[in-house]
Amino acid sequence: MEHHVSSTRLYFGIFATLMVCTFLTVFVRMNLGIKSIGIALSIAVVKATLVILYFMHVKYSHVLTKLAVWIAVVFLGILLVMLSMDYASRDWQYHEPGWEKQGVLKN
Amino acid sequence: MSEHAAIAHHHHSEEHVAHQFDNALQQYESGNLGMWLFLLTEVMFFGGMFGAYTIYRAWYPEAFEIASSATNIPLGAFNTVVLIVSSLTMALAVQSAQLGKTKRLVWNIILTMVFGTAFLVVKYFEYSEKIGHHHFPGSSFVWETPAPREVQILFCLYFAMTGMHALHMIVGLGIMTWLLVNAIKGVYGPKYYNPVEVSGLYWHFVDIVWIFLFPMLYLI
Amino acid sequence: MSATHEATPPTSELNYLNNGWTWQSWLLTGDHKRIAMLYVISITVFFALGGLFAGAVRLELITPQGDMMDAETYNKMFTMHGVIMVFFFLIPSVPATIGNFLIPIMVGARDLAFPKINLLSWYLYVIGGFCGLYAAAVGGVDTGWTFYTPYSSTYSNSAVIATAMGAFVAGFSSILTGLNFIVTIHKMRAPGMTWGRLPLFVWAHYATSLIQLLGTPVIAITLVLLMLERAFRIGFFDPALGGDPVLFQHLFWFYSHPAVYIMILPGMGVISEIITCFSKKHVFGYHFVAGSSLAIAILGFFVWGHHMFTAGQSTYAGMVFSLITFAVAVPSAVKIFNWTATMYKGSVSYETPMLYAMGFIGLFTIGGVTGVMLATMAIDLHLHDTYFVVAHFHYVMVGGMVMAYMGGMHFWWPKMTGRMYPEHWAKLSAGLVFIGFNLTFFPQFIVGYLGMPRRYHAYPEEFQVFQVLSTAGASVLGVGYLLPLIYFTWSIFKGEKAPPNPYNAKGLEWTVPSPPPTENFRIMPVVNEEVYAYAEQHEEKALV
Repeated sequence: MEHHVSSTRLYFGIFATLMVCTFLTVFVRMNLGIKSIGIALSIAVVKATLVILYFMHVKYSHVLTKLAVWIAVVFLGILLVMLSMDYASRDWQYHEPGWEKQGVLKN
Repeated sequence: MSEHAAIAHHHHSEEHVAHQFDNALQQYESGNLGMWLFLLTEVMFFGGMFGAYTIYRAWYPEAFEIASSATNIPLGAFNTVVLIVSSLTMALAVQSAQLGKTKRLVWNIILTMVFGTAFLVVKYFEYSEKIGHHHFPGSSFVWETPAPREVQILFCLYFAMTGMHALHMIVGLGIMTWLLVNAIKGVYGPKYYNPVEVSGLYWHFVDIVWIFLFPMLYLI
Repeated sequence: MSATHEATPPTSELNYLNNGWTWQSWLLTGDHKRIAMLYVISITVFFALGGLFAGAVRLELITPQGDMMDAETYNKMFTMHGVIMVFFFLIPSVPATIGNFLIPIMVGARDLAFPKINLLSWYLYVIGGFCGLYAAAVGGVDTGWTFYTPYSSTYSNSAVIATAMGAFVAGFSSILTGLNFIVTIHKMRAPGMTWGRLPLFVWAHYATSLIQLLGTPVIAITLVLLMLERAFRIGFFDPALGGDPVLFQHLFWFYSHPAVYIMILPGMGVISEIITCFSKKHVFGYHFVAGSSLAIAILGFFVWGHHMFTAGQSTYAGMVFSLITFAVAVPSAVKIFNWTATMYKGSVSYETPMLYAMGFIGLFTIGGVTGVMLATMAIDLHLHDTYFVVAHFHYVMVGGMVMAYMGGMHFWWPKMTGRMYPEHWAKLSAGLVFIGFNLTFFPQFIVGYLGMPRRYHAYPEEFQVFQVLSTAGASVLGVGYLLPLIYFTWSIFKGEKAPPNPYNAKGLEWTVPSPPPTENFRIMPVVNEEVYAYAEQHEEKALV
């Protein structure tokens, strides 16, 4: 079977990149604190993409495999986006005075 | 009416082709597609918890910061590194099988298992510490300083998400054990390495989940 | 399969049923056809059990007072009815039985891609089923099949964890079946079996499998969180502890809405096959019907909030869900129109499967149209949690799906068992089912519209006449379902032996003996004609 065999050099290269990303994430957290959320998640996405494309060979795979990965991302997105859509838009409607904002229930 | 044609089946022992498949290539592609589809279900499985995390994090930022402060960043970072190394050795294991290098394959599987176990050992220590401090959600939950009651919910998310991940790691180790036994017997080679590749896919997926859990639960 | 001969009964008489009689040959089988029959037996058991719970509900509702049982027991009756019917009957129904049996044959393969996983899927179903039975044995569960929190997580005194575990395990059975189908359809089609020649039954199952893969895991994790909450009292979904019950509903319905498409799409696949065969005509708009299955599967993931219009969801989110729900009705309508167009100027005959199919078209339309009514937020505000909703989903699920299941079982019974069923008794049963069904559920539209809430065991006097009609209908419906159980069983022993193609239908399954040999095809097929090529059949007849 003629399937793509990646070189050891490539694997170590990806590994090094992943290490750098991990270090970067912690470094940013140490310096920016909680506000580093956007950067941290973005770096996580980059790391995941590298693992998917090279360690899991998706870059060299059948188009069906690539489609499966996209479908996973899209449907996870549907879940997260539409879930958030409800909660995010609750404040847009008119509420009676004295009505407590959702999620900030006092004891 | 459709014509019938006879198709000869060659099932070479090195190719281990099961009876329902016509040839090794069909089996290989089916196995891969099957594992990818399974991973798709796992994405949605963890996704439900990611959804709950998104909502509760948005609702209770204060409680979240408090809960987050109880996580041990150095240990979490160490675990992240350990898993990435194990992914490297797993990828090298697949490559070894593709190239027919059995000894290298065996060693890489062993290394993958060592790093996977290291991850779980660290997790064990983290959990013991938390449980010792009564941070496990439920009737025994106690938070030392005055804090919103929602801290418990966020600990629930911590244990649920990392716990589910750890469970998948344990299963992964089981799979690695089976793979190791077969690899030592010399079952895998360039003509038949499906199980190694497919197990690798599973292992990498578990790594990816942690790549997201680490920032979500430890850093932010 | 090699050409060497087996030292067993003559090859001409060897089929998947008589190829081995030991327990192991059935319980450890990898043969998709045997697994399908194992499912037929177990699913029938659960259908009967679910029916008994329905009977208890209907008996209580004959009188306006709650006199037969107390409220808590009544809650358990309708909950067990719902849980069993949804998770242990409707979700597996056609895919696990007829789907398992036919998909490999229809694509021209020896078996599914992963036979061992197929067997595992059946065992998971049985284990899940046992959890459900255990729950029933220790007193049942009373939360409603929707398990809304915080009642289910904190306050209910019933077997929530056992039932949730049952649904959880059965969910994995569903996932594995879907996984197997997708890989088989992609990778194991016979030469010449292009996507454009796949039977619509296969297309429908492909779409269903997508939903099974993508939706079921979400309810799996939701049930896990529910079980953890109930076990550890964490407050994840309990507002008293800072949790959000609406979050539970979101996560629950993210699966449970697409789940209704898992339930109906295979049935629609069955209807396509029956209509084309008994109209002796190629399906009108084949590509549109195939595409509509995919459209329903995909759009179905965007509409779950229409179950939550009154739950505290934001109005804006509600509008989005409402609009997309209107959109998802369109592909279903496409199917209805195309089936009707298939029958138009076809050579229509009225064997039992066709009667069920025609019943499906009418009843599903009514169910679907009332669904669009409920999707309208302003109407739903009044009709939510009334009998109108109950009538709506029973029209699509029973008037639709169960009739499709019955139609499919009748259509392929000769193929699966090698026996013909008695046609007159079958036609009588179909008639009883149709009459009984409408008598049971049409009054529920009315009484729901008039304001009677669902899940109530006592109700105002003025609704009694409708409830009595409904229960009377249920008795007729029950007889309609009991008769096939009797005559199908009879047919296995005394039925006329079936030829390979009793209906002169097109499709690879009709080219193999009834019942098929274990390996399906003695020589692997090569497909070189289009799907549903009935026109050629007419020409051949004309030349004689």
